[in-house]
Amino acid sequence: MNAIQRRRRLELIGGVVVLLALALLPLPIRDVYTQNLIIITILFAGLSQAWNILGGYCGQISLGHALYLGVGAYVSTMLYVHGGVPPTVGMFAGGAVAGLGALLVGWPCFRLSGHYYAIATVVVGEIGYLLFLNWDWVGAATGIYVPFRGESLIALQFRTSKLPFHYAALIFAAVTWVIAFVIEGRAWGYAWRAVRDDVVAARSLGVRVFPSKMAAAAISGFLTGVGGAIYAQYVGYIDPDSILAGSLSILIALPAVLGGVGTLWGPLVGAAVLIPVSELTRSYLGGSGQGVDLMIYGGMIVLVALARPAGLVSLFGAGARA
Amino acid sequence: MAFLEVDGVSKTFGGVAANVDISFTVERGQILGLIGPNGAGKTSLFNAIAGEVRPDRGQIRLEGKRISGLGPVACSRAGVARTFQVVRSFDSMSVLENVMVGAFARTSSPAEAMGRAMSVLEFCGLAARADAAAHQLTPPEKRRLEIARALATEPKLLLLDEMLTGLTPTEAAAGVALVRAVRERAITVVMVEHVMEVVLPLVDRAVVLNLGRVLMTGSPAEVVRHPDVIRAYLGDRYAAPA
Amino acid sequence: MLTADALAQALISGLLMGLIYALVAAGLSLIFGLMDIVNFAHGELLMLAMYAAVVLFGATHLDPLLQLPIVAGLLFLLGMGVYRGVIARALGVRFNRGMVQIFATFGLAIFIRGAAQFVWGGDFRSVSGTWLANRSVDLGGIFVPLPQLAASLVCLLAFAGLLLINRTEFGRALEATREDRDAVALIGIDRDRIFALGWGLGAGTVGIAGVMLITFYYVSPNVGANFAIIAYVTVALGGFGSVLGALAAGIVIGEVEALTALFLEPSLKQVGMFAVYLLVLMVRPRGLFGTL
Repeated sequence: MNAIQRRRRLELIGGVVVLLALALLPLPIRDVYTQNLIIITILFAGLSQAWNILGGYCGQISLGHALYLGVGAYVSTMLYVHGGVPPTVGMFAGGAVAGLGALLVGWPCFRLSGHYYAIATVVVGEIGYLLFLNWDWVGAATGIYVPFRGESLIALQFRTSKLPFHYAALIFAAVTWVIAFVIEGRAWGYAWRAVRDDVVAARSLGVRVFPSKMAAAAISGFLTGVGGAIYAQYVGYIDPDSILAGSLSILIALPAVLGGVGTLWGPLVGAAVLIPVSELTRSYLGGSGQGVDLMIYGGMIVLVALARPAGLVSLFGAGARA
Repeated sequence: MAFLEVDGVSKTFGGVAANVDISFTVERGQILGLIGPNGAGKTSLFNAIAGEVRPDRGQIRLEGKRISGLGPVACSRAGVARTFQVVRSFDSMSVLENVMVGAFARTSSPAEAMGRAMSVLEFCGLAARADAAAHQLTPPEKRRLEIARALATEPKLLLLDEMLTGLTPTEAAAGVALVRAVRERAITVVMVEHVMEVVLPLVDRAVVLNLGRVLMTGSPAEVVRHPDVIRAYLGDRYAAPA
Repeated sequence: MLTADALAQALISGLLMGLIYALVAAGLSLIFGLMDIVNFAHGELLMLAMYAAVVLFGATHLDPLLQLPIVAGLLFLLGMGVYRGVIARALGVRFNRGMVQIFATFGLAIFIRGAAQFVWGGDFRSVSGTWLANRSVDLGGIFVPLPQLAASLVCLLAFAGLLLINRTEFGRALEATREDRDAVALIGIDRDRIFALGWGLGAGTVGIAGVMLITFYYVSPNVGANFAIIAYVTVALGGFGSVLGALAAGIVIGEVEALTALFLEPSLKQVGMFAVYLLVLMVRPRGLFGTL
């Protein structure tokens, strides 16, 4: 067994251990605030992993990923509100539409390199925000309240306890991790990293760049959309400002960058640091704390970008994978 | 029908005629040297065969099928592999992973790709460095990695871009041995070089380019004696009377 | 009812605003043309200039027109500082250079946004009571507010200034570095110094735009993000790296925005420029005057 196989075996074991630990984590916790913090952290770890598939592995930095979060949330919620479709089904519809959206955006944009692509994603994200803000059928600026129709697993609605949401988020994050893990070991994963490292060399080896980027976009968009649907059910209310705004795009991308872009554990580590920091500064510092959370993330990202681009995971010796 | 046919290839870059009406053939299993002084048009022709550049006129055919103007990906799938003069390794990956990218061109099974990559690494003498990070290799090792990666795509034609330039005599000898071993595997090789004394003992035939045109083609012995070739490289003073 | 007057009014205000967009975009384009880096903190630099003007006005009551050299100078120094502190390091990175360059300035943008929110809070501020405030000129039935008019004149002058700089030795050094940044060391140009000065210049232009903008527009910590998007659209249309392109594109975008507000509704005014952006993306990615 060589180093690659050994590493993957260790990663798989690590994944199972972390999963078990996180599954057991909420059981002794009674305080709602902490439960919420953990749920949001896990959810964003999953969302960031979804982002990582396109941004980290494939190297196409998307700064407007909230679009897919929003699309997934709106599709799933509209289906539930108007069609009675339970969110456990609706999330897949949401994911599918989001994935399709990602393909539509990718089509003209993937031939743009690095920063041009990033700019395009910012503008497209803003277009999405503007669109939903002015679209009366989906509630425009007022948004949509997710109607509580009784406790239900299928409808992902729980009032008495947050625990089921914890497991929903955990399953979501675990699925995104597994998908990243599986693809990392297969042809696509290699193709993506080759394209990211040196697209000319990748082409000379027969890697079809455009189709592989489209595949990454579709998977990333789909997973983000599914996460959006779960988020909508958890928060119980969606509107453009809470689900399509640029600030959410930042919250989705930054954990992966902080933790280690293009790595398996990066988004998890990054989310575990970034999300609590954000929530805690906001609640403890209150009014005067406004902005401190942004200063902390912004500062951390600049430090990571300049001093340790391989991210926090590289501090744990997770290899030279940059 | 020869294995590789370069037929009347011409290419101009912004007013400069890099290649003018280049024609020659390569038989299967041969090692062909593409030589000539700097600026002769070797790189441009090389890139045309590799699919990076589309000729303005003429065609390049592999086993009778056109490969010119199709792009590097199609060329690769047709069985052409190439190395880069300035090594382009995938720095975020290990040596083995680099070669696996090439191996995935022929199989989608990770286990198979890994196996093939390992055997290619053994062939190229890099097996011991399989798990090292690609960016940590020494320059000669990096060149071997380029070749290994290209070989992993199981090409019919291997294009080497100045593989032997700037090596110590020991390294060059090892490089020559590797190219011979590649030919043993029934892979045709076209090498661009401008260091004559290294390449002429190795190749079966040579095509000499000068100022964008074919100066002559022939066996190494013929080439090295030809006054036009000597004049092209060293100037008129050294050309002995024919 | 769409009257000729309403149309003319829209066209005029579109032109005036467009010149400001043009100047903001010019700074972005300049930095990009020089070193192939998109300054994702550009909007935040504009925002800082606007806050600087507010603070300075509050402390000294100095008219924005007179503040121009001060704020522009401060931003110039800030731009150079950003280059030396952040960008110079980002350029030297070996792995993942694309990601590093994007997030170095993107992270900075977030940091600056947070700092502004921390220092000045989230509410809107502007500068009022200047000598031009609330005054306008009547051009045949069309009201042209003096602050906007003054702002666009200053922007035009700034563009003239940029063109003049092109003729100086510094300008030629900038041009040379833009053409072939690897070779300039051979002719004695200190590339690092040119980059730093280029960043200073790019930030300085945004400083000028910011001071003029604050006389009729509000500032808040998020205003940078809004103007950044408009700047990206403008630069994409004008061509990355082209200052003249930024001028032309800025005016176009300003007009498109004004006309869209007129024909659709004010809350949808950005739709027009986004449509232009998408069109440019599909049809001519390098923009009007750019070289992709």
